[in-house]
Amino acid sequence: MAQARSLKPFYIGLGLIAAAGLAAIWMARQSNAARTAAREVDPVPVNAAGFQGYVLGSDTAPVEILEFADFECGACGYFAVLSGPDVKSRLVNTGRVRWRFRDFPIDGHLNAPIAHQAAACAGEQGRFWDMHDQIFFNQSGWARDRRPARRLKEYARTVGLQMDQYDECMEQQRHTARIAAGKQEGLALGVNSTPSFIIGGVLVIGALPYDSVLALVERAERALQP
Amino acid sequence: MVGATLALVGLLVSLYLWLWKIGVLGSIVCFNDGCETVQLSQHSEAFGIPVAFFGVAGYLVLLIVSLVGLQPRWAERPEPTLAVVAGSALGVAYSAYLTYLEAAVIHAWCQWCVISAVIITAIFVTALAGLRNLRRSFRAA
Repeated sequence: MAQARSLKPFYIGLGLIAAAGLAAIWMARQSNAARTAAREVDPVPVNAAGFQGYVLGSDTAPVEILEFADFECGACGYFAVLSGPDVKSRLVNTGRVRWRFRDFPIDGHLNAPIAHQAAACAGEQGRFWDMHDQIFFNQSGWARDRRPARRLKEYARTVGLQMDQYDECMEQQRHTARIAAGKQEGLALGVNSTPSFIIGGVLVIGALPYDSVLALVERAERALQP
Repeated sequence: MVGATLALVGLLVSLYLWLWKIGVLGSIVCFNDGCETVQLSQHSEAFGIPVAFFGVAGYLVLLIVSLVGLQPRWAERPEPTLAVVAGSALGVAYSAYLTYLEAAVIHAWCQWCVISAVIITAIFVTALAGLRNLRRSFRAA
């Protein structure tokens, strides 16, 4: 009993450490949630004459998810792999949402430019989203590769591209200007990290879990109701 | 006591990584994007289970065993300490392998994983020291 009493302060200390740790994790979760509803932005300036990104879903969908992402960014990959399939099947395929992807290659991500180029070249053949999935789902394979072109070509073959056209597109780097324009648009909107999303006029940053995306979509839908 | 405290801190670190991995936390606090790179790599899972979950389970077991070892009934017995030495040795070996993967295969550093590796090593060293003390006290008796 004497020893049990002497352990009491230790148990209290242990309890305090546990409480502090759990509180820190809880606060990290809350701060993410707070960021989710953080910043209102002006409506997206649409340059009707220019390229407006890659769109998945119906033009008549009431809400748009505008994503600025970097193919080499880990958090973007996380979103694409873990939240992307749910966004597609539950929101895009049901007609509630239109998902628009804009290129935002981060400086210093050495393999990002070629990955964006490869996706754009797939986009020429109407297979951007297939290539998007290949690139993100295999991110750990090509992102650290010293010769990523070889792997990206494998993905292009996997999604069934006409390889002559793909090779020519990659060689000519045909979409460099378009990729740069996507990034410029993002910067103009205040995007400074990836992934960033604009949903219903709200700019949110980070690899959002599906529930956060849904909450923002529902908020945008409520705003549209008369 | 030191071992139990370290196991608790390790448990919290692993819990944080695991909750991020399963999508409960939106983004991870990290000095660079190394945490995400490591956590998204193919090496972040084993047998379809996030590696961080093994950390949660392992640290939880070490914490429970350490706390049991503090009870009067077990305080003078070597079994809990031996169990912690064995468990943490496994943890050190696995952490060393993961650290090697970070350095040589993934080429990215996850600060939380490194912290966890340091913690499990500290638990191992502490348990070894505890075992030595027990032996000495047995010899003295």
